[in-house]
Amino acid sequence: MSEVKFSKEHEWITLEGEVATIGITKHATEMLGDIVFAELPEKGSNVEKDSTAGVVESTKAASDVYTPLSGEIVDTNEKIVDDPAKINEDPEGAAWFFKLKLKDISEMDSLMNKEEYDKFAKESGS
Amino acid sequence: MEIKETSLINLHKSNGAKLVEFAGYNMPVQYSDGIIKEHRFTRSNSGIFDVSHMGQLFIYGDDMLTKDLEKIFPIDLQSLKINQSKYSFLMNKNGGICDDLIITKISEGYMIILNAACKINDYKILKEKLNDSYKLELKENLSLVALQGPGAQNILGKVIPETTNLKFMHGGDFSYNNYKLYITRSGYTGEDGFEISIPNEIAENFTKILLKNGSKLIGLGARDTLRLEAGLCLYGNDLDTETTPIEANLKWAISKKRINDQYPGSEIIKKQIHVGVKKLRVGIKPDTKIIARANTKIFNEENKKIGKITSGTFGPSVEYPISMGYVDSNYSSINTKIFLEIRGKKIAANICKLPFYQKNHLKEL
Repeated sequence: MSEVKFSKEHEWITLEGEVATIGITKHATEMLGDIVFAELPEKGSNVEKDSTAGVVESTKAASDVYTPLSGEIVDTNEKIVDDPAKINEDPEGAAWFFKLKLKDISEMDSLMNKEEYDKFAKESGS
Repeated sequence: MEIKETSLINLHKSNGAKLVEFAGYNMPVQYSDGIIKEHRFTRSNSGIFDVSHMGQLFIYGDDMLTKDLEKIFPIDLQSLKINQSKYSFLMNKNGGICDDLIITKISEGYMIILNAACKINDYKILKEKLNDSYKLELKENLSLVALQGPGAQNILGKVIPETTNLKFMHGGDFSYNNYKLYITRSGYTGEDGFEISIPNEIAENFTKILLKNGSKLIGLGARDTLRLEAGLCLYGNDLDTETTPIEANLKWAISKKRINDQYPGSEIIKKQIHVGVKKLRVGIKPDTKIIARANTKIFNEENKKIGKITSGTFGPSVEYPISMGYVDSNYSSINTKIFLEIRGKKIAANICKLPFYQKNHLKEL
């Protein structure tokens, strides 16, 4: 598996062949608080980079989940829909959101590595 | 305007509070445990809430004051005993709610607990309506700490044993370290509990004693989920100047004895009691796990808009999404099927009974 990459919308991305696995970062879950609802994109649908591809809700508010890459949704993690608390428990592991067959692998180039993301998250503070 | 802090600010910070501005105060929305754990701990054990931002208004006077206050509040104050509390409203001339409040008769007059965002305006309204005939004090030197939950009686009893004898919606004077405290058995979580009015200089020390006895600090986030599960209204969301107590389904708070009397909005209230209302506050439960939040539009089966949600969240104790809102009263009966417009989709939901969570507090004897 490739190095973990990160987006400015606080998603993490790993790549295996041409399929990316995407979830939200630990930093994002800490900002959101206890997650009580998750909505995922439909399997088989096509999504464009930076468009909405899901929703997470805490007791306080709803937040969109964006896809940092374009492609076809090939798998979704229904376990987090059944038990959204899993997202807080293991955001960067078991609680992935969806798998995407990439349309254009070069879109990966705009993503950050861990060091860059940690700095970004600290500075943005949000 | 400068953001105010309560006397417990350092305690909030040392307990990992996430602070947000609320009604001009820097208040804890949650601590390191998070809203869900805080909520559940309150229901299973107890929770300490800093509600010092709320107004503690004292009005000093005798029987004349009682008569004058009855021209303002739709409750039977003449039968209210010393140290007894009642829920009431400050209303405008249309019966719209300017604030919802708890009024307690004390030996020197009355103590009224007001919502933080409304307290300055309430003070002005009351001062004007009472024609400056009485002394009014909005106390800045007192903090207000709520201890809520099934364990509240035991914990407070360890510090001030006499408080265990308090009946629901009754209060009294107590002493702690030679300071005078006024404690009522009340709260806004659907649990048994107490609200403790305490001098600022000992509020932190006193709260630390409650913590040492096993309670935990709980933020405003859990306070909101607790009150919504208990079917209680939040001023500014579920109640406002465009809504009357009858529309808010709070008719029980208008004393029967006072229905034919004069107070602001009395004609409209009387008419609504007899003829009915066009809109009514109801509980709403979506068919799925989706959360319908404030301002979500409500439709009937024919796709006609019939109302809107005023509060909505996930209920950590009932473990499903819960909402309150106002619907056309033709659609207000339990189990009426409605539709909620959430992110462009129509979600099926039902009108349900309130509260979502069955009350656990000590019944009035």
